[in-house]
Amino acid sequence: MYMSAEPRITLLGPQRKPNLDEVVRELGMTGPIATINAGWQDREVDDTLLDSMLSGRSRNLGLWRRMQEIWDNDPEFTQADRDRRRTMVEMQELYLRGLDHATRALADIRDHVPRREWVRDSALKHAERVVRDLDTRHIDQVTRVYADFWERTAPHERPAIARARAEVAQQLADVEAVVMTGGDIRVLLNSLHLFNITPILANKPIIAWGAGAMALTERVVLFNDRATHGPTLAEVYAEGLGLVKNAVALPSARDRLNMSEKTRMATIARRFAPAQCLLLDAGAHVSVCDQGLIPAGSPILGADGAPTTSESLAAA
Amino acid sequence: MSTVTTQRVGRKRKQRKLLINELREREDLSEQAIDEFLAQHQAPLVEGAKCTFLFRGEVDEVWVKHRIVNQPQRVAMKRIPGFSLWWVVIELPEGSRVDYHLETRVGEHHSDFNDPLNPNLASSPLGSSSVAQAAGYTTPEWTQHDPQCRQGELHTIEFYSKALRRNTTSRVYLPARYRKTSTYPLLVVHDGDDYINHSAMRTVLDNLIHRLDMAETVVVFSNPGDRIREYPNYAAHARHITTELIPYVAERVPLIDRADARALMGASFGAVASFSVAYRNPEMFGSLILQSGSFVFTDIGNDHKGGPAFNPVVKFMNRYREKPTKVADNIYMSCGVYEELIVPNRSMVPVFEGAGMTVRYVEARDGHSWENWRDRLQDGLSWIYPGPQRFVYE
Repeated sequence: MYMSAEPRITLLGPQRKPNLDEVVRELGMTGPIATINAGWQDREVDDTLLDSMLSGRSRNLGLWRRMQEIWDNDPEFTQADRDRRRTMVEMQELYLRGLDHATRALADIRDHVPRREWVRDSALKHAERVVRDLDTRHIDQVTRVYADFWERTAPHERPAIARARAEVAQQLADVEAVVMTGGDIRVLLNSLHLFNITPILANKPIIAWGAGAMALTERVVLFNDRATHGPTLAEVYAEGLGLVKNAVALPSARDRLNMSEKTRMATIARRFAPAQCLLLDAGAHVSVCDQGLIPAGSPILGADGAPTTSESLAAA
Repeated sequence: MSTVTTQRVGRKRKQRKLLINELREREDLSEQAIDEFLAQHQAPLVEGAKCTFLFRGEVDEVWVKHRIVNQPQRVAMKRIPGFSLWWVVIELPEGSRVDYHLETRVGEHHSDFNDPLNPNLASSPLGSSSVAQAAGYTTPEWTQHDPQCRQGELHTIEFYSKALRRNTTSRVYLPARYRKTSTYPLLVVHDGDDYINHSAMRTVLDNLIHRLDMAETVVVFSNPGDRIREYPNYAAHARHITTELIPYVAERVPLIDRADARALMGASFGAVASFSVAYRNPEMFGSLILQSGSFVFTDIGNDHKGGPAFNPVVKFMNRYREKPTKVADNIYMSCGVYEELIVPNRSMVPVFEGAGMTVRYVEARDGHSWENWRDRLQDGLSWIYPGPQRFVYE
């Protein structure tokens, strides 16, 4: 059986070449394990490999399927949820427009040949503060939209949702741990919120990677330098579950980010500080401490934009 | 582009002889040796920048008739003395695709046809041509069937159009993960069946959506009746698209009811049709994809050299250029640099931008063909409707 002294949350790199079975073995887990792979959407049921990695002990919570059933059976909630998502799409678009201007201004100031260095450095700090303010205001607004949505729709009073929540809670009650896979972070976060899983996860050992790892942090940051039309801006998206603290999870960082652009990487590291940008590349294995902090030696983006390892607990 | 028929001599660096020159210099050259040569090699022979065009036959003269704007359109081939093989070497820039025909003369009789030694064909609204693929050109892998990729569905819809006074046939593409509880952006494609059959657009949509390059989108492939009449700024066509076709689909498929989730697309005259539908309904569409648009106009006089079919186009474009207006938020434009339409397309970019639209303009070393338009689909489709890449983390 799983021993309580072991790390409660384990973050892994992408599982294209899976090592989940080894991790589970090392942690001494022998009981049933709940799986949350709602981020895979309609491929949620295609979990044969995942189940084999867990020696046939997986218990797929089927959150995506359950979410579809609720959308099918509760038109009022479905419409409200659709409105909420559209609102968030527009908010994200407008935030990105502002961010685009601010980021370009930042690059412009950085490229300025200074007559007095302290003047340029001061301007740079101001511009970085503008970017951080945009991030903070955006995430606050997103959080308010979520809160307003839950208040208006009162999901716990809706029979279909209440029933599904109870079923999920029952399934989670006697599992030894929870595995959260990658996938679409929007869908994963929505399903976690809809089924109110955070309070239960707070007391279960969790193994997560990809979008699953992002969802466990306090702040979900989107990033992709390999997009079809060139690098996209790193953008804050929403609050995560907050079980991993003071860390921004960057899954497949070396694949998705152009790490050779040190100046830009350094800007990203500074932008999200004091949170540390956690590099979850293939083979990564981070055992989060009891307080939800990442331990010394974790792979992070250094202040100079180069990959490094954290020196001590990322305390607040 | 330049043409050469002989190898340069006296270069410091020794170059490998062209295959055609090795053949010509063979002491044992015979018709049988030529048979074997042609069985081993596909024409045109591509060796670096040099493409050797070949023709076999008993004729008096042979020309390569290519379609590269501002270059001599007919390039004479030479005959290997005493044999039935004709040849000419043409230099083509890396990555180029050039459409061409062969023309022969026997006595007073001229014939024009696709290259019988080259299986590669390009299709265009004007018919098919042989196509020479220069060194460095590769067919994009995302245009090929991917067995890992889930396929969308294609449904045929037929109804009588009061606007056009004819029966219409269109196809509706529903993405692989289509669900009635979701809502989707809409793309209306002109010359729809040609895009499906000659530009592999169904396969391209499947692949781009599967790879998260493009948003899950409902695509309506509409088809013209009398294309020359309906596509160059025809009010009845615009009415058909906006008051018949789109409402018909919207009644049956959950679409996002916003301008930024509606787009029009077309090539050649189909691009003019897309542009004119948006021009007549300036609040309705967020994006346009205009490929090799036939945007012919005149600044001085009326001689546009396009023939009568272009008269309504020129009238429309001249009027628009006099008073440009915003017809959509975003325009993706592409054109082949070997096309005659390259000049009007380049000319329209600042006009569209000046009217307040965001323009992404892309050129390729290619001609006026469905394959050119196919090869630009990833860029255009993922630009107007970007996929969810940034939200998906393995």
